[in-house]
Amino acid sequence: MHTPILILVLLGVMAFAFHLGRTRSLATVGGRTGVRKLHSLPAYYGFYTALWAGLPALLVAGLWVFFEGSVITSLVVEGLPAALRDQPPAQLGLLVNDITNLANGNIVSRAVDADLRAAADHMNELRTIGKMALSVVVLSIALGAGSLAWRSVGPSMRARNRVERIVNGLLIVSSLIAIFTTVGIVMSVLFESFRFFHKIPLTDFLFGLEWSPQIALRADQVGASGAFGAIPLFAGTLLISAIALFVAVPIGLMSAIYLADYAGPRLRSYAKPVLEVLAGVPTVVYGFFAALTLAPAIRGAGEAMGLTVSSESALAAGLVMGVMIIPFVSSLSDDVINAVPQSLRDASYALGATRSETIRQVILPAALPGIMGGVLLAASRAIGETMIVVMAAGLSANLTLNPLDSVTTVTVQIVTLLVGDQEFDSAKTLAAFALGLLLFIVTLGLNIVALHIVRKYREQYE
Amino acid sequence: MPVESNANRRRAIDVVNTSLKKRYAREARFRRLGFGAVILGLLFVSILFFDIIGKGYTAFVQTHIELEVYFDPAVIDPEGKRDMKEIARADFRKLSRNALRSLFPEVTKRNDRRALDAMLSSGAPHQLLEMVRHDPALIGERRVIDLIADDDIDMLIKGHIDRNAPQSDRRVKDQVIAWVDELQKQGRVKEKFNTGFFVNGDSREPELAGIGGAAAGSFYTLLVTLLLSFPIGVAAAVYLEEFAPKNRWTDLIEVNINNLAAVPSIVFGLLGLAMFINLFGLPRSAPLVGGLVLTLMTLPTIIIAARAALKSVPPSIREAALGVGASKMQTVFHHVVPLAMPGMLTGTIIGMAQALGETAPLLMIGMVAFIVDIPGGPLDPSTVLPVQVYLWADSPERAFVERTSAAILILLAFLIAMNTFAVIMRRRFERRW
Repeated sequence: MHTPILILVLLGVMAFAFHLGRTRSLATVGGRTGVRKLHSLPAYYGFYTALWAGLPALLVAGLWVFFEGSVITSLVVEGLPAALRDQPPAQLGLLVNDITNLANGNIVSRAVDADLRAAADHMNELRTIGKMALSVVVLSIALGAGSLAWRSVGPSMRARNRVERIVNGLLIVSSLIAIFTTVGIVMSVLFESFRFFHKIPLTDFLFGLEWSPQIALRADQVGASGAFGAIPLFAGTLLISAIALFVAVPIGLMSAIYLADYAGPRLRSYAKPVLEVLAGVPTVVYGFFAALTLAPAIRGAGEAMGLTVSSESALAAGLVMGVMIIPFVSSLSDDVINAVPQSLRDASYALGATRSETIRQVILPAALPGIMGGVLLAASRAIGETMIVVMAAGLSANLTLNPLDSVTTVTVQIVTLLVGDQEFDSAKTLAAFALGLLLFIVTLGLNIVALHIVRKYREQYE
Repeated sequence: MPVESNANRRRAIDVVNTSLKKRYAREARFRRLGFGAVILGLLFVSILFFDIIGKGYTAFVQTHIELEVYFDPAVIDPEGKRDMKEIARADFRKLSRNALRSLFPEVTKRNDRRALDAMLSSGAPHQLLEMVRHDPALIGERRVIDLIADDDIDMLIKGHIDRNAPQSDRRVKDQVIAWVDELQKQGRVKEKFNTGFFVNGDSREPELAGIGGAAAGSFYTLLVTLLLSFPIGVAAAVYLEEFAPKNRWTDLIEVNINNLAAVPSIVFGLLGLAMFINLFGLPRSAPLVGGLVLTLMTLPTIIIAARAALKSVPPSIREAALGVGASKMQTVFHHVVPLAMPGMLTGTIIGMAQALGETAPLLMIGMVAFIVDIPGGPLDPSTVLPVQVYLWADSPERAFVERTSAAILILLAFLIAMNTFAVIMRRRFERRW
């Protein structure tokens, strides 16, 4: 049975169990007239039976779906002839890929011999057995647990409390997923990073001035030194983020001030949502705009002025990224400015200050910590932004501060190292996870500091 | 003398008056600066949209060449058995080629003929095959058919190729331009609505490439995301807002959710790659894995929105329900959650819009492969719309630029529709207590 059909059948079983549980609860007290003798409403007995029929079985089915692939693969590898099995992991991985492809009826990259055919048949056989076993196991669990619950149904059974306890457990599990995600992120990048730092010392990575992750296969290969110094990437990331903030902070802050203090209600009601549109545009669209419209324009303008501009200049990527984070800065500043108490403004006006003087000398200093927090959040956005730089910034790791030059960033390198064919275990692939770890730590740090500042600032005026 | 000194001393009001002009000027300057910032922001929005619309609108029509095709039985079905399998293998290129060559009988040299043949798309023979498959009675007939032109011809007609550029810099040579002009004079060049763009899968030939496959991939990915993130998000929000005791654990969960909302999306891609693909062995490029990753990514958004919605339900509702004897669970699920549902749904739609536009994490889990087939389920390899945009943006052909822009327009249309729907829903169902 296919898994989706199995799930549907299981849902059917649950509906049936609901009905049975409900009817039995009524039957034990002699029909509708005796309903007052039941501890809970009849529906709760139905829910109780249905939950017991469904949940354990769903859990088993879910676990199997997750681990089916790895279990079957390892069983197939076990069943391979010894000559094929004793290969380096990378070769073995390719072999397993071919077996899977053959079993799925896809194109295979090598000549199909008897061993391969046998392995593929073995795999298909295991899959069929697995599917059948799963159906049998899941359905029998459902029926077994369901009938146990059904038999315990009786007037004195506290069905509502039991159902509520189960639901409460489900709620707790759902809210723990946030923690699991964080743990999962940390684990997945940490393990691979450890393996990376095993090969490349941490200091070389953090302080090296040269980045060229291609590892030479032959001694005479050009441009493949396998250097993993991340300083050029940091410099490139910082350069582009700085350009972005240079655009976004003044425009975002000034438009927030103008919309909050000067603009009439009509302008505000139109301009605000239009500016918010900038936040909803997918980043791949900005990347396309930066790469195909802005970068050639900047290049043309630069050449007209006699400058040499790279066609993948940091300036184009930075400017577009700045536009992307304008609404972010402006909505955060808006919140912060509105949080400054009216009494401060009134006091300033009463002393005869003009509006701009009030804003510059009273509101901005009072709101400064909050604005700083907003800028930090925007910075973490800019550092972690991927698509704009992947499409508009370059790949070559230049250590430069010239915005007209091409630089590369941490996220660009993660994407280029991990997209396409990759060999696991190679320092090149693992480097991406080390960069990911670094990115995670830096953005997390920025966020924690920023959220802390914003919260503290808010408390000050509450 | 007190009087004299009074007259000599500058009074405060004079100081104010002399500086007043300067202060007003500064005030006006500040105001203009703010206005400029708003205008600049609006300008960016309009440049972005005009640029993309300007580049993309032409992709919604496609150049066709009207030709009279003879469905030659000798080519299609020499044995006359009308066996579809045999027919599918026939050389339909010959038919379209002959139809075009018959218009230009003077072209005889081999290279010239090849250039002439190249004016038709490599999808044109397929078009003929489909027609025969649909109606085998066509064999032996003559029909006037609009065949898809090659992307270079399409670009020439749409004016994206500069006719005045030197021949060596141009993708379309003088000779071909002359042929196209001749065809145009005969009224055989037609611009038709580009249905293929909406239903086809990806292709290396721009004139055959469509967003059908990517749209289906996006659909399955979002379906998985919605089915997982909505129930989990609402459950988590309900627990944290209504049931959780205030202790270190729940604080930890809260901090976690807030931080996850700000983690770069690419990091979620790394998680998906390391956990779902390498550890659990789920298939690469599958919408299922994409949906899982996007679920983890959108959960914080949904949880935060759902909590805000729950918070806005006044305590009197809860007290009333508890007062008539409902249990805590009944209070929440029978009264509070239904009242908070519009807000939760709004948050979910906004989260889905975010997920629809997301690209970077999906690159990590291999949804960037070149996939021609339209995926039929959440386990088939596929791409999604934004990744399709990324892939096409990398292609060198000029014709892909307009297709990329058109794909962006479709994507933006979906996003705007979703967000508008969310706003309308909020306005319609929002209750002020």
